[in-house]
Amino acid sequence: MNVETGELAELIQLYAAYAACIDEERFDDWPAFFTEDCVYRLVARENHEAGYPLAIMSLKGVAGLRDRVYGVTSTLFHAPYYQRHVIGLPLVKGRDGGALLVEANYQVIRTKRDKPSDLFNVGRYVDRVVRAGAGLKFAEKLCVFDSELIPNSIIYPI
Amino acid sequence: MNVATSIAPDAAAAFDGIWPDDGSSRIPARVYTDPAVYRRELDRFFYGRHWSYVGLEAEVPEPGRFKRTAIGERSVIMIRNRQGEINVLENRCAHRAMRFCQEKFGKVKTLVCPYHQWNYNHDGKLLGVPFQRGVKGKGGMPEDFALTDRSLRRLKVTVRNGVVFASFDDDVEPFEDYLGPDVLRYFDRTFDGRELVVQGYSRQRIPGNWKLMMENIKDPYHPGLLHTWFVTYGLWRADNQSQLVMDRHHRHACMISKRSETVDAEVTKGVTSFRKNMQLNDESLLDIVAEPWWGGPTVCMTTIFPSVILQQQINSLSTRQIIPVGPDAFDFVWTHFAFDDDDEGMRARRMHQANLFGPGGLVSADDGEVIEFSQDGFEQDQGFATLCELGGTDVGNSDHMVTEGLIRGMYRYWREVMEI
Repeated sequence: MNVETGELAELIQLYAAYAACIDEERFDDWPAFFTEDCVYRLVARENHEAGYPLAIMSLKGVAGLRDRVYGVTSTLFHAPYYQRHVIGLPLVKGRDGGALLVEANYQVIRTKRDKPSDLFNVGRYVDRVVRAGAGLKFAEKLCVFDSELIPNSIIYPI
Repeated sequence: MNVATSIAPDAAAAFDGIWPDDGSSRIPARVYTDPAVYRRELDRFFYGRHWSYVGLEAEVPEPGRFKRTAIGERSVIMIRNRQGEINVLENRCAHRAMRFCQEKFGKVKTLVCPYHQWNYNHDGKLLGVPFQRGVKGKGGMPEDFALTDRSLRRLKVTVRNGVVFASFDDDVEPFEDYLGPDVLRYFDRTFDGRELVVQGYSRQRIPGNWKLMMENIKDPYHPGLLHTWFVTYGLWRADNQSQLVMDRHHRHACMISKRSETVDAEVTKGVTSFRKNMQLNDESLLDIVAEPWWGGPTVCMTTIFPSVILQQQINSLSTRQIIPVGPDAFDFVWTHFAFDDDDEGMRARRMHQANLFGPGGLVSADDGEVIEFSQDGFEQDQGFATLCELGGTDVGNSDHMVTEGLIRGMYRYWREVMEI
């Protein structure tokens, strides 16, 4: 797949900015990375590969993302933790109309108060990225995780 | 498994003084932390005369299809044989104890242990072993070696309306008697023989004692307090019409409730999690469609001791299997399902509402979190005992939620079986 250097630089910047946003807990800014009618899904690999529809989170549009942010910041009780995303380089796998089909490996390290850091969730993003105004946005973000057991719960977005 | 022989006579002394009174309303910390208590629980509940959840028949739709899971800490394989019957076999080769099955799902002609290629049929019968008669007259199995002596351990199985349970004890009572008529009625309310369709799995490891999850679903006190969503949208609130029902042994329970459309000020006064002005951006999360089989209640949470919780919460349906992995942790496996005769809209609705529950649930991801913190509290002071006396110290069914009677019921039964 041919990718122009400028486009790749934009993609790298997009993923880096996305990680920084959620790792810095600027959750109110998180929906701005998505198009208005986006799809965000966090899915276990076994379900993804078996074709099962179940997701850990399946959010529709910026509206769904905002509800999740409200849950994360206001209603869900949980042990506080830091999370740190390490996202691999984006691989452009194809184009569909104006959209870029992009995949990137990720790992998320969770650090709870008074505890050593743990490898929390490992997987890959399977994304559909579109040009929106001056920048790029996610029209679809599918997080497919290998991790067979969720260590208790997942609160923050991946 | 014969319980009596699994416990050394002198081991009984280890349990002296764990439970200082004769009630079930103050539960000592050691019940959640002591490895010897846990060991006895495995023997008497999970490997003893009880039924444990294994899966749904729909997970193994044709001969040779299998699913690997566990009862307690013992790995088992649910497999359909050529006659279409469901077997549950222990995942342990009769030769060298290999847990030979490593895939979670699959389809096989025979079950083969790769170590020495011992080969079993779908009923667990040993079909053959390499070099049984030796090679060129040398070696081989002894004269008295018989294939029939070396089957895989085959558990007693019951299938009721598509749901599979198994027991290590052949003398376990019939499943219908095990549940008793009142709990069976609610079991059959969801599982009435309609064909089931698996919609996917969630798997989490919760660092707490397995009984805390049973308690969580026998505790109608917390949902309208911990879970902002339940109280705000009336999905679970103290002014809901409700029923708490147990079997005669008090080991299983159903919490049944009907969503309140209006708010009674008395039940939200002072409840900090109630958000009068909370607004959803995506209102489709509350696109609840009443189904005829509900017969009114919008929620029915059934605990089938010791291994599974059956959930109907509005249109979301799941089984939640409890697989203990030590006194201080358990795996919690959610199997979401729909009915084969659901239309596309209802299937999608069940999945959309699944957002509310499970390890990342917008409403109830915090259940696992509170269980972890309770366990932390037990670990830090073995002399502590919980207070479980909302609604008194007795055990019984009720028509309201302001009671911890189901938990007391479970521990009354637990003490009888555990002899603690």
